[in-house]
Amino acid sequence: MLMHIMKESFSDNPRAWALIFAAWLIACIATGGSLFFSEVMAFSPCVLCWYQRIAMYPLVLILLVGMFPINRQTFKFSIPLVGIGWLLALYHNLLHYEIVPESASPCREGVSCATIWLDWLGFITIPLMSFVAFTIIGLLLIIFYRKYCR
Amino acid sequence: MKAQKSIIAVAGLTLIILFAVGNYLFKVDQKKKLGFLAHKNFQTFVRDYSPTLGPDDAKVVLVEFLDPECESCRAFYPFVKKIMADHPNKIKLVVRYMPFHGNSKMVIRILEAARKQGKYWETLETLFYYQPKWGSHHHPRPELIWEVLPEVGLNIEQLKSEMTNPSFDKIIEQDFADGKTLQVRATPTFFINGKALEQFGYQQLEDAIKKAIAE
Repeated sequence: MLMHIMKESFSDNPRAWALIFAAWLIACIATGGSLFFSEVMAFSPCVLCWYQRIAMYPLVLILLVGMFPINRQTFKFSIPLVGIGWLLALYHNLLHYEIVPESASPCREGVSCATIWLDWLGFITIPLMSFVAFTIIGLLLIIFYRKYCR
Repeated sequence: MKAQKSIIAVAGLTLIILFAVGNYLFKVDQKKKLGFLAHKNFQTFVRDYSPTLGPDDAKVVLVEFLDPECESCRAFYPFVKKIMADHPNKIKLVVRYMPFHGNSKMVIRILEAARKQGKYWETLETLFYYQPKWGSHHHPRPELIWEVLPEVGLNIEQLKSEMTNPSFDKIIEQDFADGKTLQVRATPTFFINGKALEQFGYQQLEDAIKKAIAE
């Protein structure tokens, strides 16, 4: 039994550890960054932003706990949040680039989800950063799963 | 395992420190920017058309970006009046609009039409007083405004016909644009002689005004 659990843990594998650590770090940066935008720069988060936050913030804790020890559970408990967050971020970006019309957006009250708060270098917006973060975390977790959990 | 823990701790701490430093730098930068605006572009803070209360040569110009449908603005209003009463002839209040709610623009049009009848402040006070009735967030009933307005002694028929004045829309647009320039993202937002209130709060507002009077 003990052998079985030991076999399941990848904490001693530096590559496996690096994958999960990188995913955790990105979740931390995304969480800190979004809090910076709302609490320091006082941008009001729109409804879609809140849903993405619900998916992103817990990853900081889930991946942190998942590093002690790293095993297939680390993947299992984090991937649903990453998947949901990724889909929401994708939808939010479609709104931004007007591929989906704003009238089809679920926001009726407060800040419109199509409002562009930030536009760095002409293309970096907050929803794009969210999408990139979810994509990278998702890819790291999938690589981890394919290499070590199958 | 031990090295891993250290790396995680260092990464976490670094991010927290970065956040704190970023917070500090952002506030310093914003203060500089707004101070610069106050010197170079006073018009952004006070427009000729803005409703004002208090003498023109008052030592302190208190600019308040408000929304008649906002609860915090309602809560702050008596406090602002009290500070003004405590320091007679020292403060000039300038009202700018930041319509963030569903019926804000309509209520601002009512206020501006009331101003034409010389009853601006009375109307603002009455609207604030009854705001929980007509401006509840979950169930706004702006039609109730018409039931309380006669209390002010306004000519309602005249007000209704003047409300649609297109110049009011221009006022709302200009105030909103100036608010955006000044990075107003919540109401009420106060500027004391062109300086943004560093920390939001009753006491902070009073302290900042007292400081400006003493200067």
